Parts: sequence; structure tokens; C-alpha cells
Amino acid sequence: MTDLAHPPEMAHGHEEHESTGIDNRKLGMWIFLSSEFLFFGAMISNYILFSGREYAQGPIPAEVYDIPFTSVSSFVLLMSSLTMVLAHNAMSRNDQNATRTWLLATAMLGSVFLAGQVFEFTTFVVHDGMTLSTNPAASAFYMLTGFHGTHVAIGVLMLLFLRGISRRPGGLSDERHLNVELVGLYWHFVDIIWIVIFTVVYLLSASGVQ
Amino acid sequence: MSIASERPTTIFRRPAAETGFWSWVTTVDHKRIGIMYGYTAFAFFLIGGTEAILIRLHLFKANSTLLTAAEYNSLFTTHALTMIFLVVMPMAAAFVNYLLPLLIGARDVAFPRMNALSYWIFLFGGIFLYSVIFFADVTPPTGVQGVPGNIDPSEQTTFGALPDGGWFMYQPNAGGDFTPGKALDFAALGIQILGLASLIASVNFIVTIFNLRAKGMKLLRMPVFVWMSLIVAFLLLFSLPIIAIALFMVTLDRQFGTMFFDVPAGGDVVLWQHLFWLFGHPEVYVLILPAMGIVSELIPVFSRKPLFGYAAIVFAGAGIAFLGFGVWAHHMFASAITPVAQAAFALSTMAIAVPTGVKIFNWLGTMWLGKIKFATPMLFAIGFVTMFIIGGLSGVTHAVVPSDWQQTDTYYIVGHFHYVLFGGAIFGLFGGLYYWFPKLTGRMMSERLGKAHFWIWMVGFNLTFAPMHWLGLQGMVRRTWQYAPETGLQPWNQAATVGSLIIVVGVLVFMYNWMVSKRRGKPAGMDPWDARTLEWSIPNPTPVHNFSRPPEVHALDAFWHMKYGEDEEGRPVRRPEADVLVAELDHIGTNPPEPVHLPNPSYFPIVAAAGLPTIAYGIVFHVSALGKGLILLGILITLTGLIGWATEPLEETHEAAVHV
Repeated sequence: MTDLAHPPEMAHGHEEHESTGIDNRKLGMWIFLSSEFLFFGAMISNYILFSGREYAQGPIPAEVYDIPFTSVSSFVLLMSSLTMVLAHNAMSRNDQNATRTWLLATAMLGSVFLAGQVFEFTTFVVHDGMTLSTNPAASAFYMLTGFHGTHVAIGVLMLLFLRGISRRPGGLSDERHLNVELVGLYWHFVDIIWIVIFTVVYLLSASGVQ
Repeated sequence: MSIASERPTTIFRRPAAETGFWSWVTTVDHKRIGIMYGYTAFAFFLIGGTEAILIRLHLFKANSTLLTAAEYNSLFTTHALTMIFLVVMPMAAAFVNYLLPLLIGARDVAFPRMNALSYWIFLFGGIFLYSVIFFADVTPPTGVQGVPGNIDPSEQTTFGALPDGGWFMYQPNAGGDFTPGKALDFAALGIQILGLASLIASVNFIVTIFNLRAKGMKLLRMPVFVWMSLIVAFLLLFSLPIIAIALFMVTLDRQFGTMFFDVPAGGDVVLWQHLFWLFGHPEVYVLILPAMGIVSELIPVFSRKPLFGYAAIVFAGAGIAFLGFGVWAHHMFASAITPVAQAAFALSTMAIAVPTGVKIFNWLGTMWLGKIKFATPMLFAIGFVTMFIIGGLSGVTHAVVPSDWQQTDTYYIVGHFHYVLFGGAIFGLFGGLYYWFPKLTGRMMSERLGKAHFWIWMVGFNLTFAPMHWLGLQGMVRRTWQYAPETGLQPWNQAATVGSLIIVVGVLVFMYNWMVSKRRGKPAGMDPWDARTLEWSIPNPTPVHNFSRPPEVHALDAFWHMKYGEDEEGRPVRRPEADVLVAELDHIGTNPPEPVHLPNPSYFPIVAAAGLPTIAYGIVFHVSALGKGLILLGILITLTGLIGWATEPLEETHEAAVHV
């Protein structure tokens, strides 16, 4: 993810190349994220397909959702996008201390979201008896939210890594200052996907639209 | 010689070797990575070819018992997986890797270390897929719910341990109940790993094309091969995530008890077909478009004319890619889809023949009234066009639903797609190998042997695959282990088997030619083909730094316009100063006026890649403690690689070897 193909004078020397003017790494991240949209799109389609059917064995996800609880954890995740923006903003002001603080805050909020997901899954399995094998709708739910959680976890690891190297000499300065923005792009993507998941998979499903 | 830095990195010392084994393991040079892709793909070509020959030898006789049913299932499945994912795709990747930066006048790709990562992931994925033969004895005799598998355990052999559910892995046949054992887990996870390699490569190539073109090379001045690489990268970018999800569903169903394709529990097996072909049909264009790009480079050079309708060919390629996402269900006319869907997909399938036809007319138009030189690469290019027309015409007939019902799952289909993939993709790729061999080695391949190879293949290929159309129309069903003698299918099967052995002779001629020419071929000098594109404006073999001076481009076919002007009637006239210019380019190419900075070699790509098959082994055996340990170990290895990667100093003194 963090790669610099060419010496700076080539990578940034727009006058020498026909180029979009967007840094290689940033463009690469955008292109990667465009692929991720289909990754999640396929799983959301799966869920919509399976959630509208009837199964011999229940419960289906729509019957066990705890909407108030998930609303709170969704709010936490959305707030982490705000702290991510603040981290990026601090970085662009070259305020290393504030960057470190906001990176850590974002990682913490992401972790809270993940803890909420662990609690939610545990409740569904232990209390409601909905496991991976209960019916295809449950399978699709766990696959989708599980992969989203994995994405959040990877994001948390990247944030902590950035926070970790920020103490090293030149850790977040110079060529590496873009890393905060790159992780930020990824983080916002994961948030946006969650907005879709929360709306389509939780709210519409629980209100019986599907 | 260059001075590699002694400065230690966080985890490993920076690799310093410039020759020998470690220099290849740690290389980030797009040319070396391209060469490794090429040789690996060719090795798999020999393996996949051997599988095909075994199938053909088995089908030589009615009621043949040369192979057991289990072995036969495994061989046709693995042949397809190998040829698609381990031969045509990586061979195309080899061309893109080696040529893309040269064609656009760049020193390397945008992310050289990620490029190495793609290669190592691909290599490990291929080895992982084939390593299933070492786990033949872990196959349980029956499925999880006591349903007998479709293989008698007593028939289980080494070959029979290979994946056997068909490359499309239709559910529920390829699910845990009907195909127990580990083979399909290895297939699903192996393709997952290979897909990741392609995804990373796609991101890399797109950024390279968007950001690193030589000054003046506007998008519509890019060589057609670059355009096709770009389109293929986008096709992969949008189709791979879909197959990734589908394969994860298979893995979850088989390993972790989800119910996606479990019909009694309410699972949906047609969903698998939709997801698979939503990837699978764009994949068809992933396989053919690079070869189309190569042919679009070869035909103008050997016709000594600019490509007829350059913009049309580019937009036709984009059109194919766009429509390619809207035709998937024509693979499913015999499945549970509604008549409306059948009509819609029939129409879109007919529509996609239009841009394909545009390209064929462009190639013919380029050759028309050209001064055609029938060198070996041109023969393969013409072979590509003719064979692809046959394959395309038999293909578009499948758009007619009732006709498709007659042909689907017969040898007619097998004949059709071999005309497209062998007569098309493989002929195009081999034409490219002959054409760019001097770029690689500085020597020419033998024309005599090359032409012999072409004609041997032309005869062998048609003898093998043309009869398959007739066999299919006579009712020979695909993937069937034996046919009865009274069906009358034997004569054409024997012809096909003889044809396949003739193809083998062609492969041997090619390998002999390659090995001898590499050492003793005629020196190529500069510009042996009087070519049109930038890669020939630098010496052969390509210097390690590619371009001594960043080139500047003023038109399509930039190198041609440096050498040729036009007379009043528009005929090309070689400029008087052309020879001096080429000699000058040769001199500057090997003697860069100022030191050239190159990206540093790195250990981390191979380390990061090594974690992935480790995780995959862990998932296959996740019920045991060993499996869980392997998953953890794999994650740790990959994390080590990535952290080392991210903390590796970006810039260190590393200059190209300037003087030999």
C-alpha cells in the first residue's frame, strides 16, 4: 500500500509525464476501493436475495435484530470518520501531536464498534440461537457483517501502525505524510459501506420491507 | 556497478545481490518479473498440456479404461483450471509486465514492489492448487451427511486427488455432500489466492497507465496493447470481487457449515451460477483481449501500414468490456432462468459480436493493400484472426436459445471455446513471444523453425478441435468418461487425438527453437522488425534502466514517425537521417548520459506472499489444532512482510549498472 515507484523527482514531476496529477498511491487506493464496492455489493445482494425467503428453520436475522443497540454502534463508527478527518486535518497542518491523538481516537472508536459486533454476534448465537448454519439468510448476514468487521479490524491495525511509527524519526513526515490520507480513504470507505449495510440489511429488513 | 546501501532496514538487511538466485527473489524490476511470469506460465502450460494429452489418449478408443472415471474427472477439471488461471492469464501478465512500461516510455510500473508481490502470490497460489496431490489420503470416503461421494474410494489415485468438480464448480455437485475430500477446497482457495494476485496487478497497471505515460503520449496515442491491458485490468477489477465472494461462499459452505447452496435448508444453487458467470464471462475477455492487443501491434508492423481505424479498435475493446458484464446468463440457458431473461441475454450476446466484428474488420483493413511480410509473428497473428473468426462464429450461434439447448454440454462447446482460447489467445500470445524475443535476449528466433511450428500447430490444432464440433452435433456429451462403440463417435475422436499429438510436436519445436536461439540466435541489433512503438527505440536486450532519456511522443506509432516521413501520396518514406538516429539511440540506450535511479530490490513481497498459502492450508485443515496454528502463522508472516514493507526506507542509493 505504501509504495513509491519512482524517485520523488519522477513520481511528482508531472511535467515529465502524462499523468492524472493524482499521486500514484492515492489513485491506487481509489481504484482498489472501486473494486471493494463490488465485493460488498455481491454480499449485500446475497443478503437481500436470501432474507426475503421463508425457511424451515429460524430465526432469520430480521427477527433477532436489536436496532437500538446497532444504532448506537453505528453512531460510534460514524463518529470515527469525524476523528479520521480531524487526524488528516492535523496532518495537513503538520501538527504531529494532534495527528497522533486523533489517529488513536479513530482506532479506539473502531475497536468499540468491533466490540459491539462481537457482543451482537454472541447474543444472536447464544440467546437467539441463530448460527451460521441456521438458514441461508443467517449465513449471508454473518458473512457480510463478518467481512465488514474484518475490514474494520484491518483499518484499526493500520491506524495503530501509523500511530506506532509516528514516534520514529520522520515517521509521519515527508514522503509518508500521505499515509494518513490513504488510511483515511480506506476508513471512510468502510464507514460508507456500513451506512448501506445498516440501512439495507438492518433497518429495511427489520421494518419488513424485504 | 551500483552501490547497494549497507543501511539496515527494520527487519531484514536490504538485499544487495545483482545476479544469481537472490537477485531474482528480491527483484522489483518489471522486466525480470515479466520473465518469471512467462517461464512459470510456460511450465504450467506443459503440465496442463500433459493433462490434455492424457484425456485425448483416453478418448482414443470407445469404452476406454486407460483412465479411471475419477482420474478423468480430475484431469479435465485441472486442465481447465490450469490453462485459464495458470497459463493464459499469467502469460498475458508476463507480456503486460515486460512491455507496458516500455510501450509507454516509463522506467518501471507505478508500484514495483507490489508488482513482485503479484508474481509471488500467483506462484504460491499455483503451487498451493497443485499441492492437493499430496493430500490424496485425507479424502474421507463419504460426504458429511453420509451421502456417498461421486468417487469410489478404491478408485482414488494421485491424479484422482486433483480437483474434479469442473472448473465452474457447479453447486451442489461441488459442495461437501457430493464431492467430499479436500480437492475442491484446494481449488476454491487456490483460485482465491490467484485472484488476489490479479487484483493487485490490475491496480498497479491502471495507475501505471494513468500516471506514467511519456510526455506527449495522450490516451489516444497509446499502443493498442496498452489499451487492451487497461481494459483487462478494469475487467479484473470489477469481476474478481464477485468470484471472490462466490468462492468464499463455497469455502464457508464446505468448511464452516453455512447453508448458501444447501437446497434442503433453502439454499440457492442457481445463485452460484449467476455469481460464477458474472465473473466467468468477463474472464473470457480477460483471456482474449491481451492477445487481441498483441495482434494489433503485430499486424501493422508486418503490413507496413498504420493500424486501420485505431480509435475504432480501442472503443470496440472498451465496448466488449462493457457488454461483457451483461451477457453472463447465456451460459445458463439450460438453467432455471425465465424466458424474459433468456431473451435479454440472447440479445446482449448478439450485440457483443458487433464490437468483436469491428476489430476483425480493422485487422483485415490493416492488411489490405499492405506490403505484408510473412514472418513468424505475422503468421501467428493471421492464424489468430482466422481461427478466432471460426471460434467467434460458432460462439455467436449460442446466442440463439433453442440452438444453445442443442449444443450446451456437448463437444460442440468444447470445440468452440478451444478455437477462441487456443486458436485465439494461445496463437496470439505465441506470436508475441516470437515478436518480442529479440527484446528479451538481443537475438532472433529461427524463422525456419518458427514457421515449422506455426504450420504444425495449424494442422494439429484444426485436426484436434474441428472434429469436436461434429462430435458435439452427433451427441457426444462433454465430461463423459466413456462412449459406447455403437455411437460411431470413435473415428473423429481418433482424429482429434492424433491432432493433439501433432500439437505436442509443435510445442517441442518451439522449445528447441527458444533454447537454441537464446544462445546462438542471430544477433538482433536495434529495431530488427522496423517497428513502430517505443520499446524498439532502445537497445536489445532491454537495458536494466529501460530509457536513458525519457522519450517524448508526438503521434501514435512514435518510433515509426522518428524514422519515416510521407511522400505527396501519403506513402511512407524512410527519412535519410533515420539510420543515424537509430544508431544514436542504440548508443545512448546503453550509455545513459547521467546516472539512473532505480527502485530498490526488496525481500518483503515474497515474505508477504508466503503467508497467504499458509493461511489457506490452515483453512483447509482448520478443524485440527495444526490448522488453526497455520492460520495464525500465516497471518503473522504476512503482517511481518507488510510491516517490513511499510517501514522500508523509500529511497536509497541504487543506480543502474552503466558500463558493462
